Amino acid sequence: MIGEIGLFCLILALTAAVVQSTVPMWGAYARNSRMMSVGDSAAVVQFLLLAVAFGCLIAAFASSDFSLRIVAANSHTLKPLFYKVTAAWGQHEGSMLLWVLVLAAFGGAVAVFGTNLPATLKARTLAIQGMIGVAFLAFIIFTSNPFARLFPAPFEGNGFNPLLQDPGLAFHPPMLYFGYVGFSIAYSFSVAALIEGRVDAAWARWVRPWVLASWCFLTVGITAGSLWAYYELGWGGWWFWDPVENASFMPWLIGTALLHSALVVERRHALVNWTLLLSILTFTLSLIGTFLVRSGVLTSVHAFAVDPARGVFILGMILLASGGALTLYALRASVVKQGPPFAGVSREGGILANNLLLLCATAVVFLGTFYPLLIDTLTHDKITVGPPYFNMTFAPLMILVAMIMTFGPFVRWRSDSAKAATTSIRRPAIAAALLGLVIGTAGKSVVAGLGFGFASLVIFGLIAWVIKRTRLGLVPLSQSLYLARAFPRATWGFLGAHLGFALVMIGVAGTTSWNSETVSVMRPGDTLSLSGYELTLSSNTITRGPNYEAEQLTFNVALNGHPDGVIETERRYYPERDTFTTEAGIRPGPLANLYVAYSQSESGEGYTVRFNRHPFVIWIWIGGFVIAGGGFVSLTDRRFRVAAPHKTVRSARRAHAEGV
Amino acid sequence: MSRLFFLFCLIAIQTLSPANAQEKTESDFPPAIEAEARTVGKSLRCVVCQNQSIEDSSAPLAADMRQLVRERLAAGDTPEEVRAFMTDRYGNFVLMKPPFQPDTFILWGAPFAFVLIAALCWRLYLRPGERILDTPDPLSDEEAARLRARLQEPGDI
Amino acid sequence: MGVLAIITGFFAIGLTRDPHALPTMMIDRPMPDFKLEPLGDEIPLLTFSDVKGEVTLVNVFGSWCVACAAEHSELMKIGNSGAVTLYGVDWRDTAFEGRQWLEQYGNPYSKVGLDADSRLAINLGVTGAPESFLIDTEGRIRYKHIGPITPEVWQETFLPLIQEIEGGKQ
Repeated sequence: MIGEIGLFCLILALTAAVVQSTVPMWGAYARNSRMMSVGDSAAVVQFLLLAVAFGCLIAAFASSDFSLRIVAANSHTLKPLFYKVTAAWGQHEGSMLLWVLVLAAFGGAVAVFGTNLPATLKARTLAIQGMIGVAFLAFIIFTSNPFARLFPAPFEGNGFNPLLQDPGLAFHPPMLYFGYVGFSIAYSFSVAALIEGRVDAAWARWVRPWVLASWCFLTVGITAGSLWAYYELGWGGWWFWDPVENASFMPWLIGTALLHSALVVERRHALVNWTLLLSILTFTLSLIGTFLVRSGVLTSVHAFAVDPARGVFILGMILLASGGALTLYALRASVVKQGPPFAGVSREGGILANNLLLLCATAVVFLGTFYPLLIDTLTHDKITVGPPYFNMTFAPLMILVAMIMTFGPFVRWRSDSAKAATTSIRRPAIAAALLGLVIGTAGKSVVAGLGFGFASLVIFGLIAWVIKRTRLGLVPLSQSLYLARAFPRATWGFLGAHLGFALVMIGVAGTTSWNSETVSVMRPGDTLSLSGYELTLSSNTITRGPNYEAEQLTFNVALNGHPDGVIETERRYYPERDTFTTEAGIRPGPLANLYVAYSQSESGEGYTVRFNRHPFVIWIWIGGFVIAGGGFVSLTDRRFRVAAPHKTVRSARRAHAEGV
Repeated sequence: MSRLFFLFCLIAIQTLSPANAQEKTESDFPPAIEAEARTVGKSLRCVVCQNQSIEDSSAPLAADMRQLVRERLAAGDTPEEVRAFMTDRYGNFVLMKPPFQPDTFILWGAPFAFVLIAALCWRLYLRPGERILDTPDPLSDEEAARLRARLQEPGDI
Repeated sequence: MGVLAIITGFFAIGLTRDPHALPTMMIDRPMPDFKLEPLGDEIPLLTFSDVKGEVTLVNVFGSWCVACAAEHSELMKIGNSGAVTLYGVDWRDTAFEGRQWLEQYGNPYSKVGLDADSRLAINLGVTGAPESFLIDTEGRIRYKHIGPITPEVWQETFLPLIQEIEGGKQ
């Protein structure tokens, strides 16, 4: 019954989406406000229907309804309830349903919260959003029905991949989807604006909060994914340049460029066409990512059920969506308003350079990800483009980005003298260079020197910027504090996000340069040493969980001879899937993580224990969350949310007074 | 289809099997060889895994390859020779870092090309000629006369 | 726009390619020297000298490999047909497991050897089981087939190639 209700809601949602795609578009053309407002209702209805459908799916999983094919394939009665529920989106069909749910949620949000949008733009945006919904709902209903039945229904399910039975799974995909499906709104706004014939600064201001929100969620999603891989997969890696990881990273890179373009638009009415094109590009990359995961085109640890038939469908959608949008752009380029000119050395110039660098970085990641496929189709030769390639090409670009990031905030809008700007960063630059040199030589690593050097360049630059803005040292302290407190939220956002970036750089540099590892066979009483730490295997115990049994090893830790606590690690066996997982023993710390994992040694005697020390790795994720945090803080700035035209003058005046 | 099924089995086995395949355990090799072997191992792709080096993978074939790497290093091969041994049998697919050869020139050259193109774009974008705001066409004589006449009329314009 | 079209084109073609199928490096190269363990006293051991002198089909299998069980009946037919000499390489098993498997399903091979540490498999560039290698009279590898041998594959690929080798006696 639940399955039927779910499917029924899906079909109704498709109908709502069809209505949403057509009626408001016609209404906008005919200037018929009743038809236009149909878009609002359709969007909300579509969302509600899909929410019910999704609820049905969750209910089916929670109640272990094995008459539904995907529940039988992915669940088990012994599985804890929390993981029964999260399995609802842990496979292809369910995750697609989540995809369209988020799509509809954003559409509904525009319908409900977009009260200050001009009616025609809103109607057209919802129409485009509806069209995307139609395409994906059709895809789901015809090729990936989550409510497909299994007859006869088995008594027990196949269980769920134990690697995915983790709180991380509850969190990581939804955050990612709010991110890159959220960029669909930016896309819809873009296409709507092109159809409308009006692409200007006001338009860009309306898009901005949606871009910012999506970007924040995507940042959280990617960071969470990296953290989850680190503690769940058992070998201490946090980024693998895996095709599907790259698929979420590319929209993030372009999304960052989009974000900065949208920020420029508010101040200078410039870079409008960038905002438009980047919106289209970001969503295109999201779609390509969706294509990657589900079509079997590339090998990846993330790949869902591989099915070329589905791949063809999504490929068609990508072609239609992006090709259509770009063709429209080509035809309507004249309606895109040019902004005022600016010099090379200017805030806009800096952001333009930033955009270009991020585009380069994305192009590099794209090329590296798809090159094996390219070569395969051309020459039938198989090659691997692994982490070494990406690390060598991506890192230098990020260093350039760090430089622009430091320089940019000191440069004035429109035009500035290079000399004035360089004077401002002279002291931070020297300090950073010294620090980098010291760390590089003391730590015996060029990578560490560069990484720490440029990260501190960013941080010292931020400090110098704050000092300048609060006129610290030039005026009484109380006045400086007053100025600081008057910073608009967007400024705190910028400080937070850039700081987060520097923290990530520190984490990456530290862990890449100074990782240490030792592997050995151990029996109770044996000791392993690494970097001053001594790990002694003290005991092994068998424990049970709801759907697994585990052997847990306990180690005593000693640092330079002094006892320093205990680390536990276990290996779990899940009978429902006949597989093992490793739950590594991790001791986090601001300077380094200790990481212990083991596997059974072949001879049966003792355990093969791997002991790692990961310096600074924790700053990667702290940094990631700080970036997102900065973004969320910016989102609460009224200027970024309230974007109606009559507020322009007031907010511009206020911003000018604050000198941001 | 059965190939797919087999791969699924192999992935299942991956998590089942121990890291060591032999009675002669990896730590039987001297530390210098061991360390070198790990570096080489990280540069070799596990050919039955989705996207891991043989060092990180728990697949049985990866364990065997790790053992082979250690044996060859202990026998005097240089890391390059060990890598060549593997590519001789598995092709370039087994290398994590794509080699520099004709069909990867684009791959390695592209990043530089991208940055150059970007720099070029930056220059072009800022060329003054193209960044001037739209100026309306100058008035024709007839329009200018009409405007003058209008301006001389009393009342609102 | 043009870029988009080209990229999409590649993806479309890419859908038709299997990213897991590695091309073999070993075509037209001599069978590498190997030393295998016996499975048991009653089962004749495969040695390096066996692959020369006649056209042979060397099949890499394992008791843990589900697809091998699927191809087994075809292998029995091939072994009995006499069209080619069929040898087996038991990969990553213990002697006990290999013997058990052959007892359970039947032994289609004239000779079998145990490759417990993957030395021969790695030398052949094997990435999974089953894989089969067609060797000519001089011990050169002429063809590698990944996956189970189906009747169609045998008829349309192997038989013509075997006839070509025997006819040409290259």
